[in-house]
Amino acid sequence: MKRVAVVGIGQTKFSEHWDKSLRDLSTEAGSLALQDAGIEGKEIQALFIGNMSAGRFIGQEHLSSLATDQSGLLPIPATRCEAACASSALAFRQAYHSILSGQHDIVVAAGAEKMNDIKGESASAALMGAADQEWESAIGLTFVGLYALLTKSHMKNYGTTREQLAMVSVNNHRNGALNEKAQFPAEITIEQVLKSPMIADPLRLLDCSPITDGAAVTILASEEAAKNFERPVWIAGSGQASDTLALHDRKSLTEMLATKVAAKAAYGQAGLRQGDIDIAEVHDCFSINEIFAIEDLGFCKKGEGGKFVEDGKIARGGEKPVNTTGGLKSIGHPVGATGVRQIADLVKQLRGEYGKLQVNGARTGLALNVGGSGATAAVHILRSEL
Amino acid sequence: MSYKSSVPMFWRMKDSKYRLTGTKCSNCGQAFFPPRNLCPNCRRRGKIEPLNFSGKGEIISYTIIRSAPEGFEKYVPYAVAIIQLDEGTNISGQITGDINKVEEGKRVRPVFRRMFEDGQEGLIQYGIKWELDERPDV
Repeated sequence: MKRVAVVGIGQTKFSEHWDKSLRDLSTEAGSLALQDAGIEGKEIQALFIGNMSAGRFIGQEHLSSLATDQSGLLPIPATRCEAACASSALAFRQAYHSILSGQHDIVVAAGAEKMNDIKGESASAALMGAADQEWESAIGLTFVGLYALLTKSHMKNYGTTREQLAMVSVNNHRNGALNEKAQFPAEITIEQVLKSPMIADPLRLLDCSPITDGAAVTILASEEAAKNFERPVWIAGSGQASDTLALHDRKSLTEMLATKVAAKAAYGQAGLRQGDIDIAEVHDCFSINEIFAIEDLGFCKKGEGGKFVEDGKIARGGEKPVNTTGGLKSIGHPVGATGVRQIADLVKQLRGEYGKLQVNGARTGLALNVGGSGATAAVHILRSEL
Repeated sequence: MSYKSSVPMFWRMKDSKYRLTGTKCSNCGQAFFPPRNLCPNCRRRGKIEPLNFSGKGEIISYTIIRSAPEGFEKYVPYAVAIIQLDEGTNISGQITGDINKVEEGKRVRPVFRRMFEDGQEGLIQYGIKWELDERPDV
């Protein structure tokens, strides 16, 4: 298979950006990525942008044109990808495929979301567009509610404890505290998590990723084109899978089948096993989902994810560092931007440029982006050398 | 007013939302609630027929929603569960009554209730919730 590299990355600070619009954030991240790649922009042949719900968050659709127009990239083809919180991993995968197909040599994969222009209850209702509108949203379920149902099943079946869930948030905030782009760069304690307000039993406020504005951009290049760039990081594997839209239709409430299938495809393409992964960026939209990720990516046996966290194996100095830059919990979760943000963070780690957050010797990284309550999963494996 | 107040949507879903009419594939025998019009197991070989569900079942996981989405604010805290129906399929539903009595493994039965009001202008929606079924089966 042809080789494709990530040759440029850019990310805005993830925050409540009262003074910046979606277009401001998108162009800011895009400019940073161009600067990082050391190109002007005229080399770019296509753009793919992930966005979940700008129509409901800010009343704006047609982001493909908007992003291309505002970035001065007209008239290149532009495509918006949507799969809820996995939107931008899919944009990245489409960009990757557009190069593999031979159609393009240099393309942009972006993700952007502006969530704070509407009130929290409205944002919560908009996010429920990722679930089954007729049968889940209609009865007053929320996303934290859906993940609470999964949490209870996991706790009941495997004895995962409330403290172990809290340790996920503590780990991610410990890393995020050193991330200048994070929305909540502060350490938290297990006690703080356990005393934070209950949102949907047994999940509390500090189990939940926040509502965030932000954008992230990557620039991809074919092997030939990548020769003109200084620090290429290579895409070794890409996998994507789907599961039932509604949680109640799943065969199991204790695993994410889409994650398993996507991971198998990505490991297979890369010719790697879970033991070869040095660091992972996983989708901790709620603390339980990091435990699902650790298990379903094969980092430990099913049911042992809580213990894996408790034993410190996911810490930056641990056996399998996970969410080394803060995760969705601390960095923030602008839903359509998260997938590309995860990949940009992996690239920065694999280049060895992450300063205080650098995991020394990291050469192979994995990113898992999950949409909805697990209905879409995308896994990418990146390597500093292929 | 929003899509949540769409009269056509609730009109066309009246059988499933109010009478718990689902479907069944007579080729493989699998029951579907919510109804599916294509059997995912058999696809073109499938034969879909209507099937009325009793609505009775068992709670397999539940949570208490304490932070509600738009339109449900005045109902918090409320219990929602995944219910395994006796016909062999799962559905999400609100559990009425004392939230402290809700537990996994408990039997539930359907009741007709007010679900949601879409602001001052929109529809008042009714539908099925579930209550704990603590009477012995007759």
